[in-house]
Amino acid sequence: MMTLELYNYWVVIFLMMAGFYMLIASNHLIRKIIGLNIFQTSVFMLYISLGKVAGGTAPIAAEGIDTYSNPLPHVLILTAIVVGISTTSLALALVIRIKESYDTVNEDEILEIDRIADEEGSSA
Amino acid sequence: MINEHLPALQVVVPLLAAPICFMIFNNRLSWLFATLVSWLSFAMAILLVMEVRDGTVLHYEFGGWAPPWGIEYKVDILNSYVLLIVTAIAAAVFPYSWKSIQKEIPKSHHRIYLTAMLLCLAGLLGMTITGDAFNLFVLLEISSLSSYTLISLGRDRRALTASFQYLIMGTIGATFILIGIGLLYALTGTLNMADLASRIPALEGSRTLQAAFAFLILGFGLKLAMFPLHLWLPNAYAYAPSAVSAFIGATATKVAIYALLRFLYTIFGSSFSFDYMQVQWLLMPLAIASILFASMVAIFQDGIKRLLAYSSVAQIGYILLGISLVNVTGLTASLLHMFNHALMKGGLFLALGAIAYRVGSTQVKSIAGIGQAMPYTMAAFVVGALSLIGVPLTVGFISKWYLILATLEKGYWPLTVLIIISSLMAVVYTWRIIETAYFQERPAGAAPVTEAPMSLLIPTWIVIFANLYFGINSSLSTDLASRAAIILSGGSLL
Repeated sequence: MMTLELYNYWVVIFLMMAGFYMLIASNHLIRKIIGLNIFQTSVFMLYISLGKVAGGTAPIAAEGIDTYSNPLPHVLILTAIVVGISTTSLALALVIRIKESYDTVNEDEILEIDRIADEEGSSA
Repeated sequence: MINEHLPALQVVVPLLAAPICFMIFNNRLSWLFATLVSWLSFAMAILLVMEVRDGTVLHYEFGGWAPPWGIEYKVDILNSYVLLIVTAIAAAVFPYSWKSIQKEIPKSHHRIYLTAMLLCLAGLLGMTITGDAFNLFVLLEISSLSSYTLISLGRDRRALTASFQYLIMGTIGATFILIGIGLLYALTGTLNMADLASRIPALEGSRTLQAAFAFLILGFGLKLAMFPLHLWLPNAYAYAPSAVSAFIGATATKVAIYALLRFLYTIFGSSFSFDYMQVQWLLMPLAIASILFASMVAIFQDGIKRLLAYSSVAQIGYILLGISLVNVTGLTASLLHMFNHALMKGGLFLALGAIAYRVGSTQVKSIAGIGQAMPYTMAAFVVGALSLIGVPLTVGFISKWYLILATLEKGYWPLTVLIIISSLMAVVYTWRIIETAYFQERPAGAAPVTEAPMSLLIPTWIVIFANLYFGINSSLSTDLASRAAIILSGGSLL
């Protein structure tokens, strides 16, 4: 039963691997960013799971309640979410500029364009 | 009064200066302001080194919250030594920037460049000085995000793809670090480094602790470009603007190595890292592979920046090799090489930036015959190259000497041979550049070149002069490095 009780960690691992796979296997830059996001989100879920105390409620002081969940991991993850947003927006900004100068967002095509440019450069 | 707040000011000053720098609407004033801030940071780092040199440890509690609840900044010899490296390079690169970016970055982006540089500086300094594991992650991301921006400012459109690639790899690394820190928190319930260190020995054997260790080593391995996780580095250094290559090439990987050392020695403790997890047997083969492989690849590069970038991967191999020897001499050699490599690579990239300013390209073939036209720049490059090879009277010799002593102390003589062979490979790849510059004719029809302007030459020569000064009188760097190594390995200074 242990396995089922820890289902949130299974979700974390599944999301982590799915995001990581997408990040590695995809040639499309936007898909890479989506993969990266899923990968990061799985870590957020890991932290949030850590903060849950069995039987605890939200950490707000109230009468008759003496078991609270740990708010610290949640606060930490707020910071990590901000970091994730900045990373995503920076990555998207880069993709826009890559699209402007290469007219494609496919990694293989970009490498091909660079290779052709190199050959022309060396023959000239 | 001010002295008491130095550890905080060291990070806060460049961090607050960054947005101010962006709000100053005059490019030149903005640059003057940023340069002033970089000098101020350097001065603060010197003051901190003087305060902790005898082994005292400074604690700074942010907002008066006592650790482990509040975030604590903690300065000891090792920290202050790394702070000194980072701020010294910044203090040389900022004044150099003005001329260099005129040619390489469009005017509208100058303030973005300066702001990102200051943010990167603040992030690197914060990573070094903090005593809180999560704070380290946040500051690591501040420095990484600003360095992605800086790299994307390069002239070539490949700077964009290089920056994107670095962003992906860097974020994977940072996320691994985040997982590692999360697992540590789950085990111990604390994020303060000193607190973590006191709770970890009781947990030896825990599978979670081993997983945290693995995630952290891999994460920092990505950030410090440990072979074979170095793939982001050559392109990032090659396509970034010259001043950015000089700054990031000299400092960013060093700070990541510092963070790795902090985790290996202070947080996990040497008995867990080296006796229980035996991490030296992971680091040593990778270090050897990176020294040989990267030196070999460097020989066949056509672009000088790429060549220097591969050489950086090899030099990081030396630093990891010193760590993997697990003795005080090896650790001293690694710490020394962090300082010395920052000086030599900083100097070389600055000299190369001066060449790029006049020649407009950093391909080996395009610098043919510039030895006579740019005597001071090329002389600086030659001294930097000698230092990279490890010729006596330069800093390169000092750190290689310590590294060789450390291998002999352990009785690993094949490693001694390896160090000598790779130094010879460094002769090969630097000689190609020097030969092209001095002994080949300037191609017919090429535009005439003149000596680089003073504002580029002076910072370059200051760094190059430091290469010679600390190569002849190495007492300051060796003293700090050996004291830091003794304290890290758990010894006492008495």
